[in-house]
Amino acid sequence: MIEFTFWDIVRNLLLAARWTVLLSIVAFAGGAIAGVAILLMRISKRRWLRRAAEYYIGLFQGTPLLMQLFLLFFGLPLLGFRIEAWTAAVLGLTLCASAYLAEIWRGGVQSLPSGQWDAGSSLGLHYVAQLRLIILPQAFAITRAPTVGFLVQLIKSTALTSIIGFEELVRTSNAINNATFEPFTVYGLVALIYFVLCYPLTRYTKILELRTARQH
Amino acid sequence: MGYALDFGWLNGAIGMIASGAAMTIFLIAVTTVAGVILSIFGAAAKRSRYPILRKAVGAYVELIRNTPFLVQLFFIFFGLPRFGIRLDPVVAAMLAMTLNMTAYTTEIVGSGLDAVPKGQREAAAALGLPTWLVFIKIVLPQALKVIFPALTSQIIIMMLESSVVSQIAVRELTYEADMLQARTFRAFETYFIVTLVYLGMSIGLRRLLFAGGRRAIAGGMA
Repeated sequence: MIEFTFWDIVRNLLLAARWTVLLSIVAFAGGAIAGVAILLMRISKRRWLRRAAEYYIGLFQGTPLLMQLFLLFFGLPLLGFRIEAWTAAVLGLTLCASAYLAEIWRGGVQSLPSGQWDAGSSLGLHYVAQLRLIILPQAFAITRAPTVGFLVQLIKSTALTSIIGFEELVRTSNAINNATFEPFTVYGLVALIYFVLCYPLTRYTKILELRTARQH
Repeated sequence: MGYALDFGWLNGAIGMIASGAAMTIFLIAVTTVAGVILSIFGAAAKRSRYPILRKAVGAYVELIRNTPFLVQLFFIFFGLPRFGIRLDPVVAAMLAMTLNMTAYTTEIVGSGLDAVPKGQREAAAALGLPTWLVFIKIVLPQALKVIFPALTSQIIIMMLESSVVSQIAVRELTYEADMLQARTFRAFETYFIVTLVYLGMSIGLRRLLFAGGRRAIAGGMA
């Protein structure tokens, strides 16, 4: 029987928190890249592309993330992919993040006055250049607060990957709890670690919101 | 070698899926009612004269909003028994969901109350209505009208998030799915069907709330 001191618990939890942070960063970056693609479909001139993006977003926002993770975890092996918990976790969170981010940014694009597009075409810019130089930079700037807000949501969502067996903060804490029988301390510390990760971002969101409100 | 999808197990599983879905609906119904009522008090406390009350509610909201629901659930279910508070899984789930929901809806309800012009309150007071009646008959219905879409979204988010209470063995939809796939060895098909059930429930819930809400609010809530 190994004895866990308080500091052993803290040290192990902090080591595990690295995986939570890494997963959040990878999923956010992947989600941002895929999210731009979904956004472009969502605001496309072609009706079927818009529809497809709408269904994609609706699907991810209308089903539990846990089910999405399960489907990837159990579904991909059927297609012949050997899959580990890490792969399913990254893929699931990335896809989910892309849907949410695309929807947030769509709000930004649609809040721009149509004169912005007109001005772009009157300067002789084609569609891609209008998007790249005029529309997207403004849309991203307006939606910075909800985007950071979503990052907080994403960090909290990584907790669900413990259920499909990815060794992040919550899964490690379950193991430590089983060894120490100190659920109050262990889960209290886990909550504290998440809070330390998320609270600064939440504060930053508030600052961004105030800044945007002042500009308008 | 191909893998053939098999939904033959579905016939015998409809009962389990239905009872799981019923439990999920029950949980979200309780959470919605308790959460909205509590958040009216929460929003009022956040605007009270007493700084301690304001700070306490603010701290609670930030604490809940910046930690994962799964951790809150484990903390309540596994952590509280240390103080002699041993909860039934269903009660623990309802408690965790309500505490989580209230933190979000307190902000939503608060912004709705702020959106009601002060003149409405003054006019009602001038008509001689007592303060509590002014709140229930005048302020609250108008506030609900403003926040209705945000509230609906939050209820649906909470319903989807309730899938994690399967982890403390509450027999809701996800738990039944776990049981089914352990019995049929058809994990993908099981979760696929259950995901569709969740999708149907979130679409249905949104429709229901909007239809019901429009009627209730248009006809005057009070």
